[in-house]
Amino acid sequence: MDITELNKTEGVRDTATREADALETKEMMLNMGPSHPAMHGIIRLILKLDGEVVKDCEVHIGYLHRAFEKMCEEGGYLQVIPYTDRLNYVSPLINNVGYCMAVEKLFGIKTTERCDYIRVIMSELSRITDHLTCVGASAMEVGAFTVFLYMIKAREYLWELIEEVTGARLTISYTRVGGLKSDLPAGFAEKCRTRLKEVRKVNQEVHTLLTKNRIFIDRMKGIGTISQEDAVAYSVTGPFLRATGVDYDVRKDNPYLIYNRLDFDVPVGEYGDNFDRYLVRMEEMEQSIRIVEQCLDQMPKGPVAVDMEGRAIPAEFMVDEAKMGRTGGLLEVQAVVDPTLEGGTRANFNAVQTEEKRAILPPKEDTYGNIEGLMQHFKLVMYGHGIRPPKGDTYQAVEGANGELGFYIVSDGTDRPYRVRVRPPCFTILAAFPLTCIGWTVSDIIPTFGSVNMIGGELDR
Amino acid sequence: MAFGNSGLPSFLTTKLDAAIGWARKYSIFQYPFVTACCGMEYMATACSHYDVDRFGAGLPRFSPRQADVLFVVGTVSHKIAPVLRRIYDQMCDPKWVVAFGVCTCTGGFYDNYATVMGIDTILPVDVYIPGCPPRPETVLDGLIKLQEKIQHQRQEIA
Amino acid sequence: MSSTPPSSPLDKLGAVSQSELLPEVLTLLESQFSGKVLSVCVNLGDWEASVAKGSVPEIMRFLRDDKRTDFKMLADLSAVDGLKMGLVPRFYVVYHLYSIKLKHRLRVKTNVSEEDPAVPSLVDVWPIANWFEREVWDMFGIRFTGHPDLKRILMYEGFQGHPLRKDYPVNYRQPLIGPRN
Repeated sequence: MDITELNKTEGVRDTATREADALETKEMMLNMGPSHPAMHGIIRLILKLDGEVVKDCEVHIGYLHRAFEKMCEEGGYLQVIPYTDRLNYVSPLINNVGYCMAVEKLFGIKTTERCDYIRVIMSELSRITDHLTCVGASAMEVGAFTVFLYMIKAREYLWELIEEVTGARLTISYTRVGGLKSDLPAGFAEKCRTRLKEVRKVNQEVHTLLTKNRIFIDRMKGIGTISQEDAVAYSVTGPFLRATGVDYDVRKDNPYLIYNRLDFDVPVGEYGDNFDRYLVRMEEMEQSIRIVEQCLDQMPKGPVAVDMEGRAIPAEFMVDEAKMGRTGGLLEVQAVVDPTLEGGTRANFNAVQTEEKRAILPPKEDTYGNIEGLMQHFKLVMYGHGIRPPKGDTYQAVEGANGELGFYIVSDGTDRPYRVRVRPPCFTILAAFPLTCIGWTVSDIIPTFGSVNMIGGELDR
Repeated sequence: MAFGNSGLPSFLTTKLDAAIGWARKYSIFQYPFVTACCGMEYMATACSHYDVDRFGAGLPRFSPRQADVLFVVGTVSHKIAPVLRRIYDQMCDPKWVVAFGVCTCTGGFYDNYATVMGIDTILPVDVYIPGCPPRPETVLDGLIKLQEKIQHQRQEIA
Repeated sequence: MSSTPPSSPLDKLGAVSQSELLPEVLTLLESQFSGKVLSVCVNLGDWEASVAKGSVPEIMRFLRDDKRTDFKMLADLSAVDGLKMGLVPRFYVVYHLYSIKLKHRLRVKTNVSEEDPAVPSLVDVWPIANWFEREVWDMFGIRFTGHPDLKRILMYEGFQGHPLRKDYPVNYRQPLIGPRN
């Protein structure tokens, strides 16, 4: 368009605006949620509108309050793990790892190297699934439905992988205090590499669909901005903070597990808008894939499948032998157990569990084969016994998919946690949410809210 | 009925019922009331891997007035319960309710002050899909059960 | 390992003071606010300070603004009910601070009694304290003086009691609220 012509239309718009300004206007209250198609999760926004522009926004949360912190105080330490799955249910493994690390810190347990590597691999796979869901869902909400289908397809690939390892797709309860439920299945590394290749391909496709797409850029770029100072003052962490240019990542700044041995970058944005958050998430997925690939290369070898003499006997046979007092040779042989218990046999056990009698169940050979093992097993699982960390309190932070996920655990020396406090990453982001939507139009709330990646379980606990 | 007890009219109404049931069961417009973890499996079921569209339930409707089946997906807390009830009341007859996941069936392991112990305490439920969360196969099975129910029930025509 | 003097009720949690190994931040805090900082220690590798309730905003403002501490971020704010542990006073409020620049963490605790469950609010220091304090009020019934809008955040209005208190039974349900406009 010719520049003079453009000026002319601008002039027309000015007159129109002036005429509109002269009219009497009234502010309108609009209730978004708690059950709104674009609010994946239940949350209620009470908006004060001037025309279509948001003047004020009040966020109401708590619709998914399930008393996580209270339930934790009711059972034993290990019974908390299933509840942690359901905090951030898109990346449950990170919650598992965070909780177990906090309890291990109370005990002073050091986990084995292979266990650390597996925890990192699974956390990063979880992070990828989380970002896939977030980017896919927020793209769908601005109209790119294909992206959603592609990304859920990629997520499905990873979930199938996770299911092979943990036995469940979503609520996995994989870690234990001092180790893991079980070792990786045979052929995991190759499968993982092929799946990650697929995920990479999907991400490439999404890049071609979105990153230079005019419509997408118009909906995302420069919208929902938040400044660095505001983000820090509101304790915003994770991709939301990094999009503003602060390179705070718990994995880099307070390295835990074996993150300091790995080579990865922390992507940061520049403007703190929706588009930066999208780019940061896309790049983080790439970095997570890099981390997993490095871990697969570096990690110590797993256990061999059979014992030295190649003997392995069924567990029930072992029990019968032990009942008849023939326990002599049982310590040398390996037990064949149900696949879900595989991490419990001695060969796998030593690879992923620490030698810590206060917290770790004995290997299945000992449980079935001798009375000490049986007693130790009972002491750890029986009501009123259980694992008992020493008195004290501690805080352990890990990098969740949405930011710093912290567990503050108070132990009074009994078998139940005295208090488990979760520092939910979503909570702080939603407290800062009004800053990102005041001054923008109602339709801008949709992509902005999508980029928050609000997860009800973690927000309301 | 004006036809009395002769065989023909009842034959006709049964056939009509079957025909309407057939039509209804393959055009399910669902309202997904997604609250929690189960929503992730709901997404997985709805997307290309499991493809709920094969069962004629591919189009979620986000307005209760346009929906036939209310999918309650995820834990219902005391705070959200009035909203759920309100959405149910806004739906037009005939309507069905699916309790998706164990939290909506019985409350699951959230037996505490904040959660509702099963949505059947606040509204009638037609199909219960257990699991925490249910696998997509279980969801599809539940959907087929619902279709059977729709097929075999007496069809109210207003 | 020597135990702390028995003046602080936090001893019951097994916090261990290692005065010879104290990091600079804690010694600085102790020297700057003698009398207001009750005790400092390193607890399982975490830096910890116990401060008097009335001087919380003052100390926090210092911790945020001073170059050597630089705690720009209030990572977490929560409370613990010590009823079943026999703590006197009953509650304590826990603040977790983090410095993005210096990459260190600090835990600050302050005791709150059952008779006067009120702590000065930190909304002026960190805006995020607004929501955190509302949650503590909702769950524990600890008031924050100076808070602009202290109301329930997770539970609904009309809920009786404060569920995370140890004397609130876990499955004590209150009647369902009906639909309202």
